Amino acid sequence: MMVNASSGYLVLDDGTIFEGEAWGATGEAFGEIVFTTGMTGYQETLTDPSYFNQVVVMTAPHIGNTGMNKSDEESRRIWVSAFVVRDPSPLVSNWRSERSLEDELNKYGVVGLSGVDTRAITLHIRERGAMRVGIFTKGNLTREEMVTRVRNTPQMAGSYLADSVSIQKSEVIPAEIGRDFRIAALDLGIKSATPRNFAKRGVETVLLPVNTDVSEIERGGFDGVFLSNGPGDPSRMNDVVANVRSVLDAEIPIFGICFGHQILGRALGFDTYKLRFGHRGINQPVLNRLKDRVEITAHNHGFAVEAPTEGEFSTVYGPGVVSHISLNDGVVEGLKLLDRPAFSVQYHPEAAGGPHDANYLFDEFVKMLGQYAKR
Amino acid sequence: MPRDNSIKSVLVIGSGPIVIGQACEFDYSGTQACRVLRAEGVRVVLVNSNPATIMTDPEFADATYVEPITPEYLESIIAKERPDAILATLGGQTALNAAMKLDELGILAKYQVRLIGADIPAIKRGENREEFRTIVEKVGGESARSVICHKIEECLEAARTLNYPVVVRPSFTMGGLGSGIAFDEAELLLIAGAGLQYSPVTEVLLEESIIGWKEYELEVMRDHKDNVVIVCSIENVDPMGVHTGDSITVAPALTLTDVEFQKLRDLAISIIREVGVATGGCNIQFAVNPRDGRIVVIEMNPRVSRSSALASKATGFPIAKIATKLAIGYSLEEIPNDITEKTPASFEPTLDYIVVKIPRFAFEKFPEADQRLTTTMKSVGEAMAMGRSFPEALQKALRSLEKKGSEFDWNFTRSKEDLLESMRIPTEFRLQEVQQGLALGASIADVHKATGIDPWFLAQIQLINQLAEELKGCADLNQEILRRAKRMGFSDRQIGRLRGIDESEVRALRWRNLIRPVYKTVDTCAGEFEAFTPYHYSSYDLTSEIKPRTKPAIIILGSGPNRIGQGIEFDYSCVHACFALSEAGYETIMINCNPETVSTDYDTSDRLYFEPLTLEDVLEVFHAEVAAGPVLGVITQLGGQTPLGLAAGLAKEGVPIIGTSVAAIHKAEDRGEFGQVLKETGLNAPAFGTAFSYIEAKQVANDIGYPVLVRPSFVLGGRGMEIVYDEESLQGFIERATEINPEHPVLIDRFLDNAIEIDVDALFDGKTVYLAGIMEHIEEAGVHSGDSACVIPPQSISESMTMEIFATTEKLARAIDVRGLLNVQYAISEGKLFVIEANPRASRTVPYVSKATGVSLAKAAALIASGKSIAELRELEILPRASIGTSYGIAVKEAVLPWNRFRRTDGKNVDSTLGPEMKSTGEVMGIAPDFGSAFAKSQMAAFGALPKSGSVFISLADRDKTQAVESARSLHELGFKLYATAGTQSILASEGIETELVMKHSEKTGIENKSAVDLIESGEINLVINTPFGRDSKKDGWFIRSSAVARGIACITTIPGLKAAVSGIKSLRNGPISTKSLQDWTRK
Repeated sequence: MMVNASSGYLVLDDGTIFEGEAWGATGEAFGEIVFTTGMTGYQETLTDPSYFNQVVVMTAPHIGNTGMNKSDEESRRIWVSAFVVRDPSPLVSNWRSERSLEDELNKYGVVGLSGVDTRAITLHIRERGAMRVGIFTKGNLTREEMVTRVRNTPQMAGSYLADSVSIQKSEVIPAEIGRDFRIAALDLGIKSATPRNFAKRGVETVLLPVNTDVSEIERGGFDGVFLSNGPGDPSRMNDVVANVRSVLDAEIPIFGICFGHQILGRALGFDTYKLRFGHRGINQPVLNRLKDRVEITAHNHGFAVEAPTEGEFSTVYGPGVVSHISLNDGVVEGLKLLDRPAFSVQYHPEAAGGPHDANYLFDEFVKMLGQYAKR
Repeated sequence: MPRDNSIKSVLVIGSGPIVIGQACEFDYSGTQACRVLRAEGVRVVLVNSNPATIMTDPEFADATYVEPITPEYLESIIAKERPDAILATLGGQTALNAAMKLDELGILAKYQVRLIGADIPAIKRGENREEFRTIVEKVGGESARSVICHKIEECLEAARTLNYPVVVRPSFTMGGLGSGIAFDEAELLLIAGAGLQYSPVTEVLLEESIIGWKEYELEVMRDHKDNVVIVCSIENVDPMGVHTGDSITVAPALTLTDVEFQKLRDLAISIIREVGVATGGCNIQFAVNPRDGRIVVIEMNPRVSRSSALASKATGFPIAKIATKLAIGYSLEEIPNDITEKTPASFEPTLDYIVVKIPRFAFEKFPEADQRLTTTMKSVGEAMAMGRSFPEALQKALRSLEKKGSEFDWNFTRSKEDLLESMRIPTEFRLQEVQQGLALGASIADVHKATGIDPWFLAQIQLINQLAEELKGCADLNQEILRRAKRMGFSDRQIGRLRGIDESEVRALRWRNLIRPVYKTVDTCAGEFEAFTPYHYSSYDLTSEIKPRTKPAIIILGSGPNRIGQGIEFDYSCVHACFALSEAGYETIMINCNPETVSTDYDTSDRLYFEPLTLEDVLEVFHAEVAAGPVLGVITQLGGQTPLGLAAGLAKEGVPIIGTSVAAIHKAEDRGEFGQVLKETGLNAPAFGTAFSYIEAKQVANDIGYPVLVRPSFVLGGRGMEIVYDEESLQGFIERATEINPEHPVLIDRFLDNAIEIDVDALFDGKTVYLAGIMEHIEEAGVHSGDSACVIPPQSISESMTMEIFATTEKLARAIDVRGLLNVQYAISEGKLFVIEANPRASRTVPYVSKATGVSLAKAAALIASGKSIAELRELEILPRASIGTSYGIAVKEAVLPWNRFRRTDGKNVDSTLGPEMKSTGEVMGIAPDFGSAFAKSQMAAFGALPKSGSVFISLADRDKTQAVESARSLHELGFKLYATAGTQSILASEGIETELVMKHSEKTGIENKSAVDLIESGEINLVINTPFGRDSKKDGWFIRSSAVARGIACITTIPGLKAAVSGIKSLRNGPISTKSLQDWTRK
């Protein structure tokens, strides 16, 4: 097959191929294909470590319009393995922009593909489920060769990715006002919006690498423990799950988000499972069952916790409830223990990008820190 | 919580006649409200004076009152119907103001009826500028610095602290009426002076200028549990300074980062909570400084608005429908999303396409008007288009406007410098100036500096220009460049123009290369969930989502953007055709590009294509649908001139046109052929001729004899039509108004002075005629039928003349070979019937006739087009047995004119004269047992309540003077102060009626003495009586009338009207006024 200099291909595990144009860095990239439906926040998506090893398709057609800037970065780099858009912006227009999106993709060597029918790809994933994908914007491979390469890459199910995104040495993010509390945040791929939210509320965050020994947490005198978001299959996180159980035993307040929520769920004895194509967007309705209120929330998860949604459930740590569910498909979106200080949500109250409806959860955690402090 | 069962009946208030700033979007929202309420088993009582609406069709409510939306009438209806609640948030500012007035007058309390949606305090907090500012501050937002003023002196003082330019915004007006930007003291005096008058509370807000900032709008919904969602973000391409209704807008917002967008979202949510809109929708406008991101909250509407209609169509989230459900107690998560079925309405739609809305203006109708776009809305309609990219959507929207000069073009007649200079002022065609300027080498920076348009949009236009350059320069049109051009939204016509070849040649080439659009689905969720609603738009992308079907389909072409002469009345007919054909077992497919309408509600047809109404776009939909299943044909006779104009082209491409054939259309539209029809049938017509040059025109006019009616051929709404009394004005007309050439001849007709004009709507199936209604015009001959008040049944024609009209209509229908609707205009002069013109299509009077006679004409017409006969329709009781439709009661239609929207560049009102060119934007109907009351109702509905006391200005034509004496005496006895012009005064004096002398405007010599117009403008007159004097003093008369209209004062122009007004005033003073629902009128 002829490969035009500017052509690029999106090659799916099931043999389907979409042709587009090379954009950003050229080369080959592999991962799990996912689509996200947010109309704003591409920079936050790119820099969210949870997207590590994923090829992200943006359903919004025009991407790159507002460029990239330092203050909207959710981590130190771009994590997606490739980025697929319909219409990249020919110029950047925003007073805060520092660099263009394409420059940034080139800087991190992120392969891009543009000019494809992103809606067609999205509908395909919706029907067939998330799967492995390869983006090829360089080289002379035949269709068969490209598909074979894709099929030789690892599946997302069963992937352990936390150590690839976690920091190596602990870091401190100081409180902006006062320093009422100090918490340990296990970095499984944390977004910077999370410590920012704590800092605003007078909480100092000590960011710990994923492999931190539990004794270090227990001896650290932390007022609480935060379990961050991150990439990978929660069923592979046995070590961290064991650590969380110790923290639960110690009655140190726990707050988990996304991957952290799945880990708390497992610590409570629930299984996790892979969703067909996941939830990725910033328009997702979640019902807070304790308040009977709808929250519009940011989602980015391919796995979910299997927990009984009717009434209370019991765990070795006492009774608990599914506090939040997705109104779109009934997926468990929040867990809360009733007798111990632990709760978690599957979605992103820190937003970035996305709405701030669930920001109150940070207040609730801070309140919990207060209640359990010096007990 | 499920629905509130204490609400058993609801009064829905509509928005009245279509005016600039308040158009058929409120028919769309009101119709949705009525449907929802009835589906919930709530008894619906509806009041709306506008007969052209779908919502006022008897089947949409339990009791439909086509009555004036005034406190008196509303009270009478409330007293009779005793609704539990009033829903006033879906009828625009008119309904909201009416509800506030009912509250003020204690009527709500008296009848213990509550407002649902927004309550009075919330409405006040949202609409009162001072209260709103306080709220914005409280939630941490910023407003533009401003000062509230109640007097002109206060305005001058405030402007000194705010610095010029200052923005003037009158309180409680709609569509930005009376607002503007003053660059100096002289302008401030004009704008603020008028603004104080327009404001019902004599209040204007002067504000620091944020002209040139980026402008955004968010559509917000809240339920009683305090759940809030943002339905849509809209970004204005035209920055601050142009009313959002006059701006080109896009959805979603495209030039904000998430951080900035979330700030707007947070503010919007805090504001709706603080204002306390309990349930339903509102929109909030923001300005963002492009240099530093400073956000200023501009305003909110605590109700469903024009933007909500746009947002509903843009996202597939039906705001009015959901708002109604919320108003009766549901919460957002209890309401399913219609489109996905499985997910709830408590979410925020996300778009994987771009929506562009472009306003359509009517400045050609008002050549004197100031064409600069300001904060007062001036557009009369809008087109919306969707595409998978901004360039695609933009170019589709531009061609959807169906207006010469709107599509981007690369034939340059102006220099870059000239364009850069003129684009500084926003006008109708600024975007085209921008495009041409960029094409001629102006930089994005230069254009941004001149216009304030965000560089991102300019860069996209530059992409279009670059492709145009390639198209022009390439050796041949290969598949690759053609495909890229189509992806950029280029039409075949544009490509043809760039290549110097015909559109059809481009199309043939494209088809040979298998380049066809695909159709995507509007699904509210960017593909995350399956969509069950076939709401489509085209795009040159990879995969299509059209599902196969088995039922035979009928495609109905809508009428495109609203314009003067082609508005909601045509949409009404299209919607009825959808309902009737769907009921008859066909799959209905609607193509239209007007976001304001009921026809573009995905609930109306089985499939909806939001597409431009051009030959190319319709052919493509036809092609896609033929591939999906059997297609019976296309109906072109219901949407007005737009689809009718496409019929021949479609037929040529082999598309079956059902209903009246293309040949028949041509027979009626072509002067020569129509002349032949008249000759063969032996019918009278005013003498006429066709001229291809001025010399010929002069000859023809001399042969026929003056006065003559001159006009270009093939027009709607009397475009370019004029009555010419002598050779000099004929020459003037030809030089000024026409491109006379062999392709565009000028038609010249003898004008029958002092004739009675008659309009007829009829149905014909090839055998039988059903004469649906005979309308007699109340205005003098020479006024366009669309601008003239008329009455069913006619008041001054004999039984034998009625039979002659029937016989003549039958002859015409047969000779033209109509299948469906036929509209004929007649004139009766000296007892003789003349045929003026025949239109083989739905007319703008179809809804009015349908309502007056209780027969759905559009429904019958659609069924005739599908092959049913009139005899069969009679069997089905869709048509009555009688040959001629009879009205229940007497129904008077009155036109509403947009004079108050247009000012000259010197700030004065445009010189408003009516003539053969249509200028009205909307209409009202009054229905009553006698002509007088019906007429009075129509006047009240059009111009506001009749006064119960105060001052009356009277100026009468000589022939009317004696007839008017008794009415004048009654007014005098009722305690009105009478002002009269000299002639009228002397007659009245001789009858012992005392009046104060006031001079005509034309008699006025200096500023010290006041003319009638001055009195009206200064607000000293409460009622104007002015019967036309004939052609010499017409100008005086219309000047009086236009100032009355501009000030919202009832204006009576006929003796029957005067008598009616007097009886109306008496009845207003004497107690209960009479109201009757359409259901009661038609009850046997």
